[in-house]
Amino acid sequence: MKQLILSSALLALTAGGALAQDVVRMGTEGAYPPYNFINDAGEVDGYDRDVGDAVCEKAGLTCEWVTTDWDSIIPNLQSGNFDTIIAGMSITDERREVIDFTQNYLPPLASAYATMEPDTDLDSAVVAAQVGTIQASHVAESGATLLEFATPDEAVAAVRNGEADAVFADKDFLVPIVEESNGEFSWLGEDVALGGGLGIGLRKSDTELKAKLDEALTALKEDGTLNTMAKEWFGETAPQF
Amino acid sequence: MFAYCADPKSLEGLSWLSCYLTTGTHLSFYASFLTVLVLLAVTAPIALGFGFGGAMAARSGAAPLRWLGKGYMAMVRGVPDIVFFLFFVIALDQGIEWLIHQARCPGWTDPIRNGLEFRVCPQAKMPPNSAPQIVHQIYGFALAVVTFALVFGAFAANVLSGAMKAVPRAQIETAESYGMTPRQVFRRILVPQMWIYALPGLSNLWLVLIKATPLLFLLGVQDIVYWARELGGSKTSTYAYPHPDWRLWYFLGLLVFYLLMTALSERLLARLERRLSRGQATASGEAQRREGGQTA
Repeated sequence: MKQLILSSALLALTAGGALAQDVVRMGTEGAYPPYNFINDAGEVDGYDRDVGDAVCEKAGLTCEWVTTDWDSIIPNLQSGNFDTIIAGMSITDERREVIDFTQNYLPPLASAYATMEPDTDLDSAVVAAQVGTIQASHVAESGATLLEFATPDEAVAAVRNGEADAVFADKDFLVPIVEESNGEFSWLGEDVALGGGLGIGLRKSDTELKAKLDEALTALKEDGTLNTMAKEWFGETAPQF
Repeated sequence: MFAYCADPKSLEGLSWLSCYLTTGTHLSFYASFLTVLVLLAVTAPIALGFGFGGAMAARSGAAPLRWLGKGYMAMVRGVPDIVFFLFFVIALDQGIEWLIHQARCPGWTDPIRNGLEFRVCPQAKMPPNSAPQIVHQIYGFALAVVTFALVFGAFAANVLSGAMKAVPRAQIETAESYGMTPRQVFRRILVPQMWIYALPGLSNLWLVLIKATPLLFLLGVQDIVYWARELGGSKTSTYAYPHPDWRLWYFLGLLVFYLLMTALSERLLARLERRLSRGQATASGEAQRREGGQTA
């Protein structure tokens, strides 16, 4: 009996192996609304989720969503725990050195500073940003003092409790926070356009998957699906292709 | 969960709270308490097993076995836990996949290590990509158990090896003079008597293990600390239940949980200590004997 269970378990494992190529595991952070977040039903939701699902459907792939820490998202991709990163990740040259990107699924984004003290001087301010983001590298280069946090929410909390003078993040992430703060938060300075838009990250060796996803993205751009989705999540002013 | 939760924005007061506390994410949060308890229940005996094996190996007569036992203790105890959790789990996972790869895909020509990438053939993936999410979670959990057991086993090995040396020499000598073989001495005299000497060290380890469970998130298992941070963070109206930063309340909840766990453990351990002292040649065993002599 024991033997039977063992061998059927082995069989199940090997049978699974044969189908393995057909399932693509999508890695995301799940803490960056409206790009990706865990909704109240406990599922991954947001713009990234909608785009990912549409791409998978177009390309005929079965996709499974996985969440992980932002910090370890690239190492996890490389060691094969999932096959794509679709986590509001901007295409940058720095990241291109370690992973590949598809074409962008959202045009380059505006990043913005939000603060609780409108007379903050950005050149000498302490600015909070999420670790390993283009915003963090931008702050580091700008001469302001950079405070890094594991999640974007903690970066905002740092401004609330006075640890930082301002937070620098994607504007679409900050918009609901500023609008719902009853005037506590305000924008500081000009918006800054950073990066080459959001792309789906892939292992460099996964050229076949990359071609499939790129083809699906091109189709979704042409039929206007991506534009509709962007409007749905980021409002009428959303960047369009 | 409840029928009236369909439109959260219209709710207020207690009904809002009852809906909020029963959302899917909150149910996952409650389930993660179970994850932690299961981890403790599974890891503790396995770690004790590793510890016992390590201690036995370290006092073995065969030199290679002794080196193995001592090496295990020194290696694991000397490396910071967090390094162990970051490095060892990846190495273990990749090692397993590498072995399966060698067995299943002999014709594979692409390099497995390519820069920073680690790529085995799809058939060698553990668990396979197509496996349902629950299988991935169980696999991750199993890796976590093995890692926790290895780390805490090394500490337990040191504690047990000390306890074995603490059993009074007279007890061993008496057993030997009765003509018992070394194996019999070990099984009948040494092991039953050593626990009382090991208990303070082991109870320390148990409490440290309880408090080390938040390391689970490093291993990709979503534990109570992960959910407390995730749920407590401020939520804008993108979510159905917007609220400001409530991490303080969630972490206070965790504080209560950990305090309850450790308080309960201490009571059980105190009872265990009384039980193990019975008939022992230690001060508390002696005290019990005198007390028992009067009442019995």
